[in-house]
Amino acid sequence: MKEIVHPLRRFVRPSVVSSTNCPGCGNGIVTQSILRAIDELAMDIDDFVFVSGIGCAAWIPSPFFNADVLHSIHGRPLAYALGIKMGLPEKKVMVVSGDGDLVAIGGNHLIHNARRNVDMTVICVNNSIYGMTGGQAGPTTPAGVETTTTPYGSFENPFDISRLVIAAGATFVARWTTIHPREMTRSIKKAIRKKGFSFIEVHSQCPVQFGRKSGMNGSVEMMEDYRKRSVRVEKAAGFKEEQLKNRIVVGELVDIEKPEMVEEINRIRAKAMRRPS
Amino acid sequence: MTSERVRSGRYFMMGNEACAEGALAAGCEFAAGYPITPATEIANRLAKRLPQVGGAFLQMEDEISSIAAVIGASWTGKKVMTVTSGPGISLMSENIGFAVGVETPCVIVNVQRGAPTTGMPTVGVQGDMVQAKHGSHGDYEIIALCPSSPQEMFDYTITAFNYAEKYRTPVFILSDAFVGHMREEVTIPEAKTIESVYRKIPSQGTDPQSIRGFLDEDIAPMPIFGRGFKAHVTSSCHDQAGKRNLIDLSSLDLFVRRLSNKILKHKEDITIVDGNYAKGDVVLVSYGPVARSASAAANEAREAGLPAGTLRIATVWPFPDHEIEKMARKAKHVIVLENNLGQMYPYIKAAAARFTGVSFLAPALIGQIHDPEEIVRKIKEVVQ
Repeated sequence: MKEIVHPLRRFVRPSVVSSTNCPGCGNGIVTQSILRAIDELAMDIDDFVFVSGIGCAAWIPSPFFNADVLHSIHGRPLAYALGIKMGLPEKKVMVVSGDGDLVAIGGNHLIHNARRNVDMTVICVNNSIYGMTGGQAGPTTPAGVETTTTPYGSFENPFDISRLVIAAGATFVARWTTIHPREMTRSIKKAIRKKGFSFIEVHSQCPVQFGRKSGMNGSVEMMEDYRKRSVRVEKAAGFKEEQLKNRIVVGELVDIEKPEMVEEINRIRAKAMRRPS
Repeated sequence: MTSERVRSGRYFMMGNEACAEGALAAGCEFAAGYPITPATEIANRLAKRLPQVGGAFLQMEDEISSIAAVIGASWTGKKVMTVTSGPGISLMSENIGFAVGVETPCVIVNVQRGAPTTGMPTVGVQGDMVQAKHGSHGDYEIIALCPSSPQEMFDYTITAFNYAEKYRTPVFILSDAFVGHMREEVTIPEAKTIESVYRKIPSQGTDPQSIRGFLDEDIAPMPIFGRGFKAHVTSSCHDQAGKRNLIDLSSLDLFVRRLSNKILKHKEDITIVDGNYAKGDVVLVSYGPVARSASAAANEAREAGLPAGTLRIATVWPFPDHEIEKMARKAKHVIVLENNLGQMYPYIKAAAARFTGVSFLAPALIGQIHDPEEIVRKIKEVVQ
């Protein structure tokens, strides 16, 4: 009998034989969406350089993706990605990391790269918690949730990450949850093709940490909860602010055109080379 | 190198500007930084000059992202640099450890200023000497060069790029506000006379599975991005193929030891010292602009019939203990001169004290270069 090989196995590093994700983790769905997007665009994984930071989501490309992968330190993948894009403007640079990495410790680099409109695709896996370190509250944890560092309930306001990135100037922003894998794949394809800073926020279940802390019983229940709470951006336009409380507005939130930074630098460079002093 | 890159000629030039010209002459293609006194003139000059030669300078949101962008660009095969002063180095420290851990060539210029904390930004102090070696967490080795003049800001910047490429490591230029802002004659040589080293990389088409791109004490070829090498670059403990290993303690031992040995094994090649002493001399050991005072004081002392010599350590890290030992075996006494409260003194003492007496002479005021007269008095004191 012929061995059955997953059609996306060709994108996975041959030395990788197992996953470090917990059972029920949303990382697998996000991984598939990314690889399917690359596959459906008929691209080669070597057309990409992947960059990640620290946290569970950072392990999506590292070491799994069989391409150039830079697994950087906590909070800084976007700054590394900018340097890589400067050196290899013809490559697609994709950052895959979590909400803690990209929005808490790395928040400054997030808003500044969105502002610069650097051509890169950022997949932000938002699980509303610090999973790897054992369930601490983050800037995306909803108020009231009892985590290991907020044992009496979280008392802070969570970020709306996508709105933050839109305000900072990103040219493509989409938000989905792991219950929307097909929509997510379509948006990732658009994000890859987009010349500019494109950002995809994916609400992804962490049954082991966030699930337990928020009293939900496993990943199926958590994904059901995503389904119930999601509202399409087109529909949400007609909602009042209080109707959107505790809802997840999903869809392609922004798709605009702006000058891209690396192209702008090329233009400036041409000017400098004509005018040496 | 093109004539636009290497502007050969004799100039009256500021140390910081000479540093930027040295970077261009060395082949720097990308630099990133954040404005800070007293290093800003380097960034200003790079911002103007790099685009003229097809490169780029980026002003980042902070020093953390500056070094991160520089490391990222180095992984695409570019020669890279960042420039800052002490507070910026403090912010960069975690990323410097990353660059060490994944063996990334890059040059880091620290134009030291009055510190600790915000301190006195326009005053030169040699306050970050040990930070360069131990600023990031964990055991590691670093290369650091200490220029004494604008000419050396040019020359050592080129040396720093060559060491960074040869040894796949961050290399510090430990300058200070005195040398950075000093204006002196600087000679930029003909491009063809400038030695330029480029890192080893695997040959095109090498099977990615066979690449051992890390942890070789004789420096592994760097599997730079964009060439199909499918590099896995992680600062977590990894093996020679770059594969993460967080289970096996012996892999941690190899990770730490090989990274360190990579520098220590080649210490002789990296060490630049400038010795001018004879048997029985009182030897003045110094570095950076203090070496200028030391040299003036030694001349004065010799004219007064006192046995005086000098040893200037231009390579501060890896610490040149053999050179110190060699000197101490001959010296009547060693006087360590630094523009701080004694940062390299314990290291020098540890290498020299077995053979001769070692004393430390701090400047009258931190931030002031030693008065040669004061040094001569100290020489007289130890001779008697």
